[in-house]
Amino acid sequence: MENNYIAISYPQLALGTLFIIINVCLSLTLQLRLTKSLVIASLRMIVQLLLVGYALQWVFTLRNPLLVLLVAVAMTSVAALSSVNRTRRRFSSIYWNNFVCLLSASFLVTGLAVNGIIRVDPWYDPQYLIPLLGMVLGNALTGTSLALDKFMEDLSSKREQIEALLTLGATRWEAAHETLTEALRTGMIPIINSMMVMGLVSLPGMMTGQILAGASPTDAVRYQIIIIFTQASGTTLAIIGVLTLAFFAVFNRQHQLSENLIRSS
Amino acid sequence: MKTQQTQNRATGRFVSSQAPILSVQGLGRKVDEYWIWRNLNFELFSGEKVAVLGASGSGKSLLLRALAGLDQIQAGRIIFRGKGIDTWYIPSWRSQIIYLHQRPALWEGTVESNLQQVYRLKTNHHLVYNRASILDYLQLLHKDGDFLQRPVSAISGGEAQIVAFLRALQLAPKILLLDEPTASLDAQTTSSLEALVAAWQAQDPQRAYLWTSHDPSQLKRITNRQISLREQV
Repeated sequence: MENNYIAISYPQLALGTLFIIINVCLSLTLQLRLTKSLVIASLRMIVQLLLVGYALQWVFTLRNPLLVLLVAVAMTSVAALSSVNRTRRRFSSIYWNNFVCLLSASFLVTGLAVNGIIRVDPWYDPQYLIPLLGMVLGNALTGTSLALDKFMEDLSSKREQIEALLTLGATRWEAAHETLTEALRTGMIPIINSMMVMGLVSLPGMMTGQILAGASPTDAVRYQIIIIFTQASGTTLAIIGVLTLAFFAVFNRQHQLSENLIRSS
Repeated sequence: MKTQQTQNRATGRFVSSQAPILSVQGLGRKVDEYWIWRNLNFELFSGEKVAVLGASGSGKSLLLRALAGLDQIQAGRIIFRGKGIDTWYIPSWRSQIIYLHQRPALWEGTVESNLQQVYRLKTNHHLVYNRASILDYLQLLHKDGDFLQRPVSAISGGEAQIVAFLRALQLAPKILLLDEPTASLDAQTTSSLEALVAAWQAQDPQRAYLWTSHDPSQLKRITNRQISLREQV
């Protein structure tokens, strides 16, 4: 399998960064105020990926399940942090909520995929477990941050409608039901959209990678399908978990909507 | 710190022999370590029409919201029909003690769908939407049944408040908490809403309301007792 593909040198890599310059220019001319985020995101991506390249080489040599799990938990923590950072309105337990939901959802589905379907031996083989978990987490965190953001924004913008329901005898579930389902729908949009056009518009990254590295396209496709389903269920579980915990954080047992939805950005 | 004072404008309290329908004992509300009001004590009797007075920022809205169980209280007890609020199932408490916002919040759809949606709530399952009684109320306001088919996006602010009132009144609450409901409305809509509340109260002698307003002549017209939240030096 090795050297079936063209390696990319550092000068070529530098050429590639020109693409992000296009975004920065647009943001500056149109005053989108995205420049800072774009630059930080790009720099972070470069540094993180370069580091991860080295880290993975080390991780893949690990033969200790505890160490592998530790790496997995660390990945989840970072995912939880960045998921919350996209949410403008927060409540006190939001970081903890995200971490718990991302951890349980992604570990469950990744565990099932790696051990129930792909049947990796040993069960913790980092070469399979870590990249799969990464893909599941990446999708789940997009889903949870979209869903949480939508939920918290709606709670604030539709607060009066929600309270009107409460004043007329609605339980907290009845009052929040529409907001919750809207938030869940919003969080699911990216994964559903990507399944819809998969193969027609986009060739998924992992599949492209496997093909570029010399795997047979049909093999790559089978992997991809399993990955997508794993991601979809991981995302759904994580969103439902996050929304449920958020619901309990902002509505108390007396069916009251908390007054302070903390704002930050 | 603010405390409350009760005065009776009517000569003698004709209701004093009965047990109060709502009673407030030592109630206190704290926001950010600061007491908005505390040690509030008053009673509301069947058939009463009570004005809540106080300067802006004295916490009139917060008092009404607390009575509806919409906010946490930091001290004291609220008792309705002999039972403290903490022993009630809050949704059924709220369907009998209804709080009306200054700015009405309607849900998407028509006027009638707003009225009907209330019956889908579990607490109100034992009630049935009664179009005839709504039409009776509308007649009082010189409106016909076509009004029910209007989308809420196409009605005026005053009409929206009317819908919010109808939506609450149809549940036959025992107590209404009216938080400056006519503050931004014209005189005609204001008197319509006053008539609506009077009609609701006339249907059952037990019913009572608390009303806040910045218009002293309105309060004189529609209430017969006052509770004031005022600064204590």
